[in-house]
Amino acid sequence: MARTVLTWWIPLLILQSFLLAIAFGSNEVEEEFSESLLLKPLPDRKVLAHFHFENRAPPSNSHGRHHHLFPKAISQLVQKFRVKEMELSFTQGRWNHEHWGGFDSLSSMNAKPVGVELWAVFDVPHSQVDTSWKNLTHALSGLFCASINFLESSTSYAAPTWGFGRSADKLRYGSLPREAVCTENLTPWLKLLPCRDKDGISALMNRPSVYRGFYHSQRLHLSMVDSGEEGLGSGMLLEQSLTVVLQPDTVYDGKDLQPSWSLSSLFGRKVVGKCVLAKSSNVYLQMEGLAHQALWKNEEFELSTQPDRILRENSSFLYIFNIDKSSDSEPFDLGLTWKLPSKWSCQQAPLHASRFLMGSGNERGAIAILLKATESQDKLSGRDLTNGGRCTIRANVFQIFPWYVKVYYHTLQIFVDQQQNTSGEVLKKINVSPSTDKMSSGMMEMMLELPCEVKSAAISIEYDKGFLHIDEYPPDANQGFDIPSALISFPDHHASLDFKEELSTLPLLSKFKDKSLVRSYTEVLLVPLTTPDFSMPYNVITITCTVFALYFGSLLNALRRRIGEEERFLKSKGKKTGGLKQLLSRFTAKIRGRPAESPSSESTAAAQSSVLSSKLLFKIILVAGVAATWQYFSTDK
Amino acid sequence: MATENRDKEEEEVKTDDGSPKIKPRPIVQLGIFLISHSPVFSVVFSAAGVMALLLLPLLAKNTYISENALMPGSARSMLSHRDVSDGSKLVNDIKSFRLNHEGQGVEVQRLIGNYMLEMGAEVSYQKFQPKGNHFHPLHFFSGPASYTNLGNVSCAAYGVNVAGIIRAPRGDGKESIVLVTPYDFLNGGDYEALSLGIASSLFSLLARVTWLSKDIIWLVADSRYGDYRPVAAWLTEYHTPSFEVSDFSKCDELNISDSFRRAGTVAAALVVKVDGRSERFEDTLSIYAEASNGQMPNLDLINVVNYLAVHRQGFYVKVEKFVSLLSSSWLKTVGEIFEAVGKVARSLNPDWKFGIPAADYLEGSATLASSLYSQALGIPTGPHGAFRDYQVDAITLKVSPRFPPDNKGRQHEFFLRGAQLLEGTIRSVNNLLEKFHQSFFLYLLTSPGKFISVGVYMIAFALLVAPLPMVAASLYIDGCTTQNPAENLKSWKWLDAAKQVFALHLLGFIVTLLPYFICQVPGEQSPTNRSIIWATTSSSLLLITFVTIPGCSPFSSRLHGTNWAVLKSVTISAAFIGLCLMSIINFATAEIGALLLVPMCLMVRPIRPDLRSGRVKSLLRALCSIALVTIGFPVMFFAISKGLIGEGLVGLSLGGEFWTWLESLWAWKSATYLYIGMVHLPCWLLCLCILFHPS
Repeated sequence: MARTVLTWWIPLLILQSFLLAIAFGSNEVEEEFSESLLLKPLPDRKVLAHFHFENRAPPSNSHGRHHHLFPKAISQLVQKFRVKEMELSFTQGRWNHEHWGGFDSLSSMNAKPVGVELWAVFDVPHSQVDTSWKNLTHALSGLFCASINFLESSTSYAAPTWGFGRSADKLRYGSLPREAVCTENLTPWLKLLPCRDKDGISALMNRPSVYRGFYHSQRLHLSMVDSGEEGLGSGMLLEQSLTVVLQPDTVYDGKDLQPSWSLSSLFGRKVVGKCVLAKSSNVYLQMEGLAHQALWKNEEFELSTQPDRILRENSSFLYIFNIDKSSDSEPFDLGLTWKLPSKWSCQQAPLHASRFLMGSGNERGAIAILLKATESQDKLSGRDLTNGGRCTIRANVFQIFPWYVKVYYHTLQIFVDQQQNTSGEVLKKINVSPSTDKMSSGMMEMMLELPCEVKSAAISIEYDKGFLHIDEYPPDANQGFDIPSALISFPDHHASLDFKEELSTLPLLSKFKDKSLVRSYTEVLLVPLTTPDFSMPYNVITITCTVFALYFGSLLNALRRRIGEEERFLKSKGKKTGGLKQLLSRFTAKIRGRPAESPSSESTAAAQSSVLSSKLLFKIILVAGVAATWQYFSTDK
Repeated sequence: MATENRDKEEEEVKTDDGSPKIKPRPIVQLGIFLISHSPVFSVVFSAAGVMALLLLPLLAKNTYISENALMPGSARSMLSHRDVSDGSKLVNDIKSFRLNHEGQGVEVQRLIGNYMLEMGAEVSYQKFQPKGNHFHPLHFFSGPASYTNLGNVSCAAYGVNVAGIIRAPRGDGKESIVLVTPYDFLNGGDYEALSLGIASSLFSLLARVTWLSKDIIWLVADSRYGDYRPVAAWLTEYHTPSFEVSDFSKCDELNISDSFRRAGTVAAALVVKVDGRSERFEDTLSIYAEASNGQMPNLDLINVVNYLAVHRQGFYVKVEKFVSLLSSSWLKTVGEIFEAVGKVARSLNPDWKFGIPAADYLEGSATLASSLYSQALGIPTGPHGAFRDYQVDAITLKVSPRFPPDNKGRQHEFFLRGAQLLEGTIRSVNNLLEKFHQSFFLYLLTSPGKFISVGVYMIAFALLVAPLPMVAASLYIDGCTTQNPAENLKSWKWLDAAKQVFALHLLGFIVTLLPYFICQVPGEQSPTNRSIIWATTSSSLLLITFVTIPGCSPFSSRLHGTNWAVLKSVTISAAFIGLCLMSIINFATAEIGALLLVPMCLMVRPIRPDLRSGRVKSLLRALCSIALVTIGFPVMFFAISKGLIGEGLVGLSLGGEFWTWLESLWAWKSATYLYIGMVHLPCWLLCLCILFHPS
């Protein structure tokens, strides 16, 4: 019986959905979701895995607030705070620019500073940008189980104008270097995916293997796509990516062979089918440094699965695998086996940036950024960098300084090839917004124009270390304080993968084909500030109270005491010898802390005092004797 | 005398106003009481101060690990035999390489660098100049100055350091731990090479572990110009590099890439050295901790090393001590007395446990004396001193194996234990979220496991200097009241004395600066010659002072001269201020200085009346003053202390030795030098003035 009902109902449902689709979506694009995974062996025996999920909601006014695939939480964020563009990243570990590359789309987009980084562009009037930002940080903080709400305070974010590489006047940028990244941040991030981590490529994200990596960056990028049509709102594009660098477990065999790996050895899982809601679901393998062969089985290496397509780029090959065919019985498990030792190097950004602190002591210091020419720079000289007949490299430096690092902007020194450069030849543009104590952080944007043949350049700027109020110290204050990463970007250099083919159906590759700004983040710095000894509040309180008591006591005494008056008073008191009055005066004297003067004559007083002192001595001796004997007899047992 | 004076005062109060006398407040009364009985109290306090100093070994507490995060020894060692054989291989390679290749070059450095590279570290080489320490009077307390080129760089003489950095796999790179192994690439012995083996075993392990949260830097310091200089040069480059063009670029025939690599704020540093063969059955580990000006690393660092070395690796741990004191009979007697007292106390109450065996006492006081001496000298006891200038906690570990260096079988086990000790220490420091701050920074060690904190050792010094203000006040009252009681406290008589004291302190300041100018004198002078120049200029300056300022001279007539009591009072006040200031800068110097200065200042009196009176008591007093003033002369004290340590010195060589000693003090920027020149010497001169005062 039940079966017959079912057989009746299913065609009906299908018919209904079909009719609905005709009714609403005749002239509209559907919401799209696509998933992809890019794998890339790295020169230092590691493997990079880049998960990319793209969720596209078309511009529409008919759906109202309803979405099929697009996460509701994000669309609500957009509606509520009128976010135009936003990026949030959680990162652990450092991107190794030397070995993992610095001049490709992957690194320029996914090499992020340690901790949390958030920037957002708003579509609200200028006066409301800060409010929107604050609300957004709180909303994201709840959404991602992270303390992003610390970015709310005006001392932790800045409003870059042009140095960030994205010129928008309603942009806010903030980062939290100390935020620890863990599964509790990944789980809400996965919840935004239509298949979560239950199916498709995201099922590979086995937590232990993902967090065992050397680098781990989870990113969420949201942007509005203008439809260009009147009446329609704008569409939303949500890109979620997770970049991990893993070390395949291999036994070292003595030969300089790159380690062989497979998906199951890297992640401990296999792909057992695509996410059914995804429009496209692909795995890519990017091999760099291969000179001639594009075969998937050659004498250098061998793939376990035949790729569906092979694309050729300038210096690399891309093997594309479609995982539609995989199933429970026949899981997709891409493996790479090396046969010959192979060495290659990644493309480097024109200049390698490193930042460090200078000086010692608790008072002053300096921050220095060192830019060193990389080897790959020669190859890039073919690019059109000429500027008035002179070949130059432009570099933008964007730094935020917390207010307790009081930077003296006039001490900015620029050295090019170990010679101080005082003329404005190198420094083309600078924008500084100084910090205000406990109000706002400082920001510096610089545009440098260095000659192409530069070997090294250094920027140094001095600072004073500020003092914090005792309740402004964070927990574990003795660790020191962080200065967020600086961002170095090269506005004339754009990284892209140069494919001949049309790739609009493959969202990740079409994204890589677009030109992206080459940028790199520097190290986070740790500044040791003077820290009070928190374990000794009691001592501090006692000492301060004692000092205050002594000071005020003696001051008041000196101010209100009138010696002449007092003596006259004493004399007059000597005449009147009322019993009650004497008692009262003695009492008040005691309160005031001065010995009560007896009306008797001097000689007797002196005699009394000597008698008193001998009596006192006797008493002390007596008490000491009693204590000693008691101690002796009590311990004898 | 003083009590009479007080009575007079009281009378005065009564007569002036004609009113009944108001009893002074208790605190004032106490002050007056102390001042009036100052001779008794000064003897009592000084004796108590010396006594407290002798008691210190008894009061030492056992060390404990204060910071919970350190958790030493809680993790199992991950060091494998493969790591150790890596270390052995490096040592063998270096040995065979040096046998085959004579002469200098950076090949050995490059060999080590290649080893580091193979392990997966980033390697950088750094050239440095051998000479760095130059005395400049104005740069005394300034921190390590920016890298200043000293002009002529000779390409022939420079050292090359190798540094390898392991980046913590999941760390944020904000902090780092430095491991230093000094090695003389030209003529390093076999024992020295063993330290490279230990460090390389450890490095091989750390390159593959996943628990690192701080980067690890292994610095192989080129110690052909001493241990300290290469480390200091590396730290200078690390913290205050010069971006200007350096003269080293000229001598680039060695073709070393100049990229200096860095890794965050340095959290702690360990210097490992292997030298000599252990005299004991076990391998010996000596800990050196004193940095410049008596600064010490956090006690927790020493505790961790000590704990792991004793309880995990079975090293015999020791700290430096004066061996000569171990055989001194008087100290033994003191120890026996304390032991007896302790026994009596325990028989009275079993809870009173302050007695320690006399042998322990002897050992403890020998260590304490050495600890005090090295702190007072203000010269770092090893390359770890360079780190302290950048507020980095660092210690030097000197390991002495119990086998000869060519014993291969033992060597493996030695590497394993040494590397395990370092691994445990680094792991503990790595656990640390904050920098070292929990435990003590001000302490004296009496053994590797016992310490005396600042709260205890302050007492001895406080008792020693306590009589100074009392005696000063009492003398001042005495000196003022001898002539005219009417203008008692309002008199300006102290002004003359203050002028004299000021003049002599100024002289002391100038004498302190003189060596700088003497060093500028062209030509190579021997230390003896320089000391003679210094002595003659100083004494002529002293004579000039005496001639130009009439009040100063002890030989001037009675009318010109100031009252000796007032002069002594002002001298004592100056000594008190000087000692208190010094105790803040370097406590140990102030303590030893007080031991010399306080009895001298308290005892000294004009000897003329004493000699004239001819009584036994007066003669004894005069003799005492003369003896104390003789010992108080810095050169004399230097000679006596040299004699005590066991190096006899006579004649002219003494001057040269003294000069060399002082030169080392200022070269290391020790505040002790300033103390000797600006506090001790003027006070001694003033005491001399009082001694020969014509009254």
